[in-house]
Amino acid sequence: MKNGNTIISIRNISKRFGASVVAVDNAHFDIAEGEFFALLGPSGCGKTTLLRMLAGFENPTEGEIVIDGQVMEGVDPDKRPVNMVFQSYAVFPHMSVERNVGYGLRVTGVPADETKRRVQEALELVKMERFAGRMPSQLSGGQRQRVALARALVKRPKVLLLDEPLSALDAKLREAMQLELVRLQQSVGITFVIVTHDQDEALSMANRIAVMESGKVRQIAPPADLYEFPNCKFVADFIGKMNLFEGKVAGVSGDQIVLEAKGIGRITVPYSGSAQGNVGIAVRPEKMRLDHGQPPSDRVSLRGRVTELAYYGDESNVFLENETGVTVNVNVPNEARTTNSAFAIGDELWLSWNPADTLVLTE
Amino acid sequence: MAADIAIAGPVPARRVSRRPRPTPLEYGRKRWLQGVVALNLIFLYFPIVSLIAFSFNDSKRNVTWQGFTLKYYDQAFHNSGLQEAFLRSIGIALTSTVLSTAIGALLGLAIYRYRFPLKGPFEGLIYLPIVIPEICMAMAMRSYFGAMNIPLGFLTIAISHIAFSFPFVAVVVRSRMSGFDESLEEASRDLGASPWQTFFYVTLPYMTPGIIAGALLAFTLSLDDYVITQFTSGPGSTTFPVKIYSMVRQSVTPEVNAASTVLIVLTLTVTIVAMWVQSRSGNKSIAS
Repeated sequence: MKNGNTIISIRNISKRFGASVVAVDNAHFDIAEGEFFALLGPSGCGKTTLLRMLAGFENPTEGEIVIDGQVMEGVDPDKRPVNMVFQSYAVFPHMSVERNVGYGLRVTGVPADETKRRVQEALELVKMERFAGRMPSQLSGGQRQRVALARALVKRPKVLLLDEPLSALDAKLREAMQLELVRLQQSVGITFVIVTHDQDEALSMANRIAVMESGKVRQIAPPADLYEFPNCKFVADFIGKMNLFEGKVAGVSGDQIVLEAKGIGRITVPYSGSAQGNVGIAVRPEKMRLDHGQPPSDRVSLRGRVTELAYYGDESNVFLENETGVTVNVNVPNEARTTNSAFAIGDELWLSWNPADTLVLTE
Repeated sequence: MAADIAIAGPVPARRVSRRPRPTPLEYGRKRWLQGVVALNLIFLYFPIVSLIAFSFNDSKRNVTWQGFTLKYYDQAFHNSGLQEAFLRSIGIALTSTVLSTAIGALLGLAIYRYRFPLKGPFEGLIYLPIVIPEICMAMAMRSYFGAMNIPLGFLTIAISHIAFSFPFVAVVVRSRMSGFDESLEEASRDLGASPWQTFFYVTLPYMTPGIIAGALLAFTLSLDDYVITQFTSGPGSTTFPVKIYSMVRQSVTPEVNAASTVLIVLTLTVTIVAMWVQSRSGNKSIAS
């Protein structure tokens, strides 16, 4: 974040299609200038609708959007200080790269020599200057995306909106583009708002993430906060891998809470909230450890049998089932170079975690 | 070494055959299909080829070859009635093409883009002129012009031609638009273009191949229409096809062949030019 000035204010925005479909339900938050902000959620959660309302392609049913101090109601897309990179890239197929990038300047009457200079700069920014004369049909998907980026950035918008910009790229290229987008954002200093369903993408790129589910914003937080301190079962489950157990609050003693975890038993963990009754108990798979011997008593532990093993190269996923039928997923890093798995299906093992790594979720 | 060992192993006997059997997708090498193609060529193109050939025949009758001549072209060009009819046909075709292309293109775009009440029945009505028998359309037109007291002539022919051509243009443009990525228009608006700029720089270039194809269709439909033209033309407003038919009724002379050949060459040229323009515009920007 360059500074804390609000660039986008989303005030009680709702969007309904017809009588029954609520695409966005009372979204209310601010995005700061220079921020890399991600709207994250499963498909159909309303994140794209929210982005399209920022761009001006949809009108909110209720509420108000303020961009750069200006209320956006009744302002057409061509008059907004934002530009968008479309999921399909929407590169004009009948124009060369150069003409695509210069389009937004030509239609608004920017003089030809200035257009030429700014197009050149924008193409250099995305490393596409060698392709200025090419037609879009002669470009790869990644190159087309760079054209779409340059075409939006050449307008010098206050905010750049990106709708699933990396979803059409293959895995390797996607990773490279993630880094490059972050670098680009830092060098131009423009606020980026990106829509994605890919949590890795959001976590690795954004300063702040809003997680949405069926139209509602569930949590807005920086990546690490979102991962380590999700505020509800949905966010806990959607971001990364998570072991979720059902449980009940059995009592509170000072800054500790005693939980009755179904199928596991009584566990005591540090807690400062006000949870009561039924709660969700969540632990990340990589916070857990597997041992052949019994773990120390200051750790939460349970004994179970390995039912499944999944090998990912850098790590392995071990699924452990205890005698009450509770299944736990543990991530084991493959630290040493060996093809012999440390654990085998059917092994009886101890699983344990630090009580401080336990999340108590009330929603 | 490894390669040597591989070769030393048992080699499967290769089937020796000069022409291997065609694979399932090699349709061009299947006898019965070749036959079907040959029959098609004979029935579709032989009449046209013979028509053109006999226009150079130095004989009053289209029966035997007597020798090469251009005199029937000379005759056709000096037949003032034929010439007048030809020019009138071109005039009507151009008028009809321009107007029916404009109406049809906008209609095709509207049907592609908008949802409105009774859209289904509306679309059905538009395509009516394509499906109803031409003779009914001709009768309807004639009685309508009669009832409205519009004198039959160039105007009534042109109006009728527009009426039956524009649905074809609409269908072609509509099908072209089905592959359109709407985010192109959104991108244009997003980049600061007005709705009109977006239409002219983004939507129209995409529609262009469909518009050209539709215009060609409208042009040829108008140029060779006989039935509707016959019903809606008045005295002194004979078109080329009507004139040729009246000449043929007396006798089939090579002069008719010559006139028809000119028409074929003309439509072919228009088509080739249009296709060439289309393939060029695919690679070049139209937006300024």
